[in-house]
Amino acid sequence: MNLNEKIRKATTHISQNEGLIFEKSSPGKKGYKLPPLDVPEVDPAELLGEQAREDLGQMPEVSEIEIIRHYTRISTWNYAVDHGMYPLGSCTMKYNARVNEYVARLTGLAEAHPYQPERVTQGALRILQMLSEQLIEITGMDAITLQPAAGAHGELTGILMVRAYLESRGNPRKKILIPDSAHGTNPATAAMAGYAVENLKSNAAGMVDMASLEAQVNDDVAALMLTNPNTLGVFEQEIHKIADVLHAKGALMYMDGANMNALVGKVRPGDFGADVMHLNLHKTFSTPHGGGGPGSGPVACKKILEPFLPTPVVITKKDGTLGFDYNRPQSVGRVRMFYGNFGMHVRALAYIMANGPEGLRLTTEDAVLNANYIRKKLEGIYDLPYSTPTMHEVVFSDRLQTPKGVKTGDIAKRLIDYGFHPYTVSFPLVVHGALMIEPTESESKEELDLFIDAMKSIAEEAEQHPEIIAEAPHNTRISRLDETMAARKPVLRWKPPAAAAGK
Amino acid sequence: MRYLPKSQSDRETMLREIGAKSIDDLFAAIPAEYRVKGDLDIPRSYAEGEIVDFFRQRATESAQGYATFLGAGAYSHYRPLVIDSLISRGEFFTAYTPYQPEIAQGTLQSIFEFQSMICELTGMDVANASMYDGSTGAAEALMMAARVTGRSKSAVAATVHPEYREVITTYARYQGMPVSTFGCAKNGRVDLDTLALAIDDDTAGVLIQSPNFFGTIEDVAAIAEIAHDKGALLIVSIAEAISLGIVKPPAEADIVSMEAQSFGVPLGFGGPYCGVMATRERFVRQMPGRLVGEARDRNGKRGFVLTLATREQHIRREKATSNICTNQGLMALMCGIFMTVYGREGLKELATQNLAKAHYAAEQFKKSGATLLFEGAPRFNEFVIETKTDPYAINDKLLGQRIIGGFPLKKFYPELSNASLWCCTETTAKASIDAAAKEVAL
Repeated sequence: MNLNEKIRKATTHISQNEGLIFEKSSPGKKGYKLPPLDVPEVDPAELLGEQAREDLGQMPEVSEIEIIRHYTRISTWNYAVDHGMYPLGSCTMKYNARVNEYVARLTGLAEAHPYQPERVTQGALRILQMLSEQLIEITGMDAITLQPAAGAHGELTGILMVRAYLESRGNPRKKILIPDSAHGTNPATAAMAGYAVENLKSNAAGMVDMASLEAQVNDDVAALMLTNPNTLGVFEQEIHKIADVLHAKGALMYMDGANMNALVGKVRPGDFGADVMHLNLHKTFSTPHGGGGPGSGPVACKKILEPFLPTPVVITKKDGTLGFDYNRPQSVGRVRMFYGNFGMHVRALAYIMANGPEGLRLTTEDAVLNANYIRKKLEGIYDLPYSTPTMHEVVFSDRLQTPKGVKTGDIAKRLIDYGFHPYTVSFPLVVHGALMIEPTESESKEELDLFIDAMKSIAEEAEQHPEIIAEAPHNTRISRLDETMAARKPVLRWKPPAAAAGK
Repeated sequence: MRYLPKSQSDRETMLREIGAKSIDDLFAAIPAEYRVKGDLDIPRSYAEGEIVDFFRQRATESAQGYATFLGAGAYSHYRPLVIDSLISRGEFFTAYTPYQPEIAQGTLQSIFEFQSMICELTGMDVANASMYDGSTGAAEALMMAARVTGRSKSAVAATVHPEYREVITTYARYQGMPVSTFGCAKNGRVDLDTLALAIDDDTAGVLIQSPNFFGTIEDVAAIAEIAHDKGALLIVSIAEAISLGIVKPPAEADIVSMEAQSFGVPLGFGGPYCGVMATRERFVRQMPGRLVGEARDRNGKRGFVLTLATREQHIRREKATSNICTNQGLMALMCGIFMTVYGREGLKELATQNLAKAHYAAEQFKKSGATLLFEGAPRFNEFVIETKTDPYAINDKLLGQRIIGGFPLKKFYPELSNASLWCCTETTAKASIDAAAKEVAL
C-alpha cells in the first residue's frame, strides 16, 4: 500500500544535509571583525600571569555565510507552531505574535542594564507595573511577583511563600497534597521546599475525590497543589468546597496555572478560592517556547501572602515615580537575580494589549471550542476514558488500538508523517496510554479538520496495517532513534575524531 | 481579534456539530457564581501600530542610547546581527522542547553543539542544555554537591555576586543546608586561611566566583586543593563568560556554574539570561537540567535526543534532581551562535580588547586621584575604585552626560562606602572613559 496515500497536510521535500559546526571549521576562517582598539594594546600574558589561557582548543572557526547556512539548514529540521497545529496537551502552543518580538527588541528595552538608576528607567518599571496590575485583574488576586523564570520556578516561589506564611503563624506543617493527575514539577517542587508529598486520588469523573480530600487534610497539610482545569482538561466543579475544606484546617490552596488558557476572562482563580498561583507567560500569554525556554512564571497571591513575596517589588514612590522596594522583612527572599525574565514580561503585556478584554475572552472561548470539536469528532474512534465536560484539552486513550499492538507513542509518531506535531504522549499518568490533545485557539477549522482526518486515518491504519504505525515516522530525515543506547553510553559532546577514537 | 483564525460562521458550525446551543454551554462546568460577569477591567484592544508606539515611548524612558560602566553580573557586549536573524526563524523560536526528536533535530543539534562548546571553554566533560540563570544555577550546583557527597553544608565566598548569594539563601533554607561565608584578602582573592576554617568534614560544596564580584581572577587551583583535601566539591561560578577567552579555564573545579549572558544575550533589564552547568562525567547523573546526547536511528544515521531523563521531574517526580522543566533554550541558541561567530580566535581577541579597555580605564582613574582597590591580583574587565566623594554623586554628574557610572558597592558591602565597581567592554569608548576619569577625580 502507498504509505502517503491519505496524507493531506504534508509532502516530503528536499532538505539540506548538514554536519556539526565543528566539522566545518578550519584554521584562519573568521565570522567576526572587531573595530580597531582606541586604547593602548595590552599583553594578556603580562597582565594575567599564570592565569592566562593558552588557547581555545576545538572552538570552531567558520565564516559568516557558513554560520547562516548551518543554522538555517538545521532549523528546517524542526517542526514549529509557524508550520501548523502543535497539539501538545498542557503546553499551550499558541501563535507567537510578531509585534511582541519587535517591541522586546527596541533598543531602550533590550539594552537596559538591571542596575541603571531608577530615575532613567521609568519606562521599564512602568511595563513591570502595568503587567502586574493586569495579571492581578485577570487572576482575581491581590498581589504578584514577576521574578520567577518559569512555571516550576513559580511553583517553588509560591510554595516557599506558603511555608513562610505558615511559619509566621507558628507551624510550617509537613506535607503537600498533590492529585495523581498532576505535572511532575508539582511533587519535585514540594520536595525542594522541604515538604513531603502525599498523593490525592481522583474520582471516577477525573476530579478531586472530596471524601479522600476530607480524610487527608489535617494539621500536617500545608497546601494542596491543584491544577485547574486539571490535566484531563476537567474543571474542578467543587472547587470552592475544596478551598473550604483546606481553609477550615488552616491549609492553603495553591493553583498551578498551567491551564489558565481555559479560564482567562471567564473565571478568576482568586474568586473561586485559590490563595496563591503561578502563571506560565509562555503558555497562556503567548511568549514563545523557544525550543525549551525561556519561560516566565509570575506568582499571584491573596493579601495574606503579600508580605512574603520575593524581593524586590515595584512600588510607586512618594514623588510619583516608580522604583523597587527591597525593605520587606517577611519576604521569602530572592528566587532569581534581578527582576525576572523581563523580555517575556514585555511580550506578555503586548499580547494583553493586542487582545483587550474581549479578545482575551474570545481567545478562551475558541480554545475550549476547538478542544470540544476534536473531542466530538474523535470520540468513539479513540477511547474517551472520562466523559466529564472538556475545557481546553481532551484526553483519549489508546485502548481501542492496543489489541493490534498500536500504542499512544506509535500513533504519535505516525502523526508526524501526517504533518502534525504529536500530542502529549502517556500523560496524565491517571490514564493508561494517554493521548493528551490541546489545540489552543490558534487553529482554524480547516487545520482542525485536517488533524481530525489524520487521526481517523491512523485509527484505520491501526486496524488494517498496524505495522505501518509501529515503524513510523517514515517521511522524516531520521527514523526512530535508539534512546536506550543513547542513555546507556551517553555521548554528550563532540570530540575531534582522533580523540573520540582514542577513548 | 486578529490572532484568531475563525469566522463567526465557523464558530456556529462547530458549535452545531458539537451539539451545543451557545458557547456558554461549554463553560457550564464552571459554577455560575464564579463566572466573570462582563469585561475584565483591563485596557481596550490596541492596534499593532499603537502597541509599537506605546513600547517605543517606554524605551525612550529607559536610558536609551546611554553609555554604561555597569557590569556586576550583566554585561554590555556587541551582539552580532546574525544572532537575531537566525533565532527569529519560526522553526527555532516557535518550537517546543525537543521531546519528539524526529522533528526537532535542529534544536537538538544546536544544543549538542552548545554543550560541546561550553565543555571546551570550561574544561569540563559535560554541560547541560541551560539553567534559568547564574544565580539559580549556583544554588542548584550546591544542592548537586550535597547529593554527590552525601554531606549537608555549603561554604560560599563573600565575593560571589551578592544576588546569587541571596538566591542561595532562599534555596538552602528548606534544604537543611547550612551556608557559611568566607571573605577575601587585601588583593581581592579568597583568603585561603579563612576558607580552610569555613570547611569541615560535612561541607559538600565550596562556591567561588571567578572573576569574582570585584573583578578579581581567583587562584582556582589553590582553592581546589583546600576544598578537595576536606572531601568537598569545588564549584566555580562564572558571571562574565567572555573572560574564558583569555583566562585559564577552572579545570580543577568539580562543577562550573555559568551565566552565559555575555555570549550574545541582550542585557534586557536583567533577563531572560542563560545559566548553564558543566561538570565531570562521573557526576552527570546528579546534574539537574536537560541533556542532549548523540544517538543512531534504525539505519545507523546520526541524530540527537534528550537523554538521561531519569534525573528529571517528569520521570522521577519528588525524587528528581531538580524541579526544573522549561529552561532557557533560545538563549542557549543565542550563545551557541555567538560562540560560533567569534570562535577560537575571536573570543581571544574580544576578551583581550575587554582587558585593554578596563586596564586603560583603571590607569586613567588612578591618574585622576581615585584609589584602585584589590591590587596585586589579576583582573579581567572590572575593577573597584575608591573615591573621595560618594559614588552616587559622581554618577549623578555623569548621568547628565548620558553616561551611567560604576556600581556603588555600599548597596551590598556597607563597609566599602565610597567604593564602586566599574566595567569596560569592547563597546566602551575611550571618550567615555576619559569623561568618567574627570568626574572620579572630584
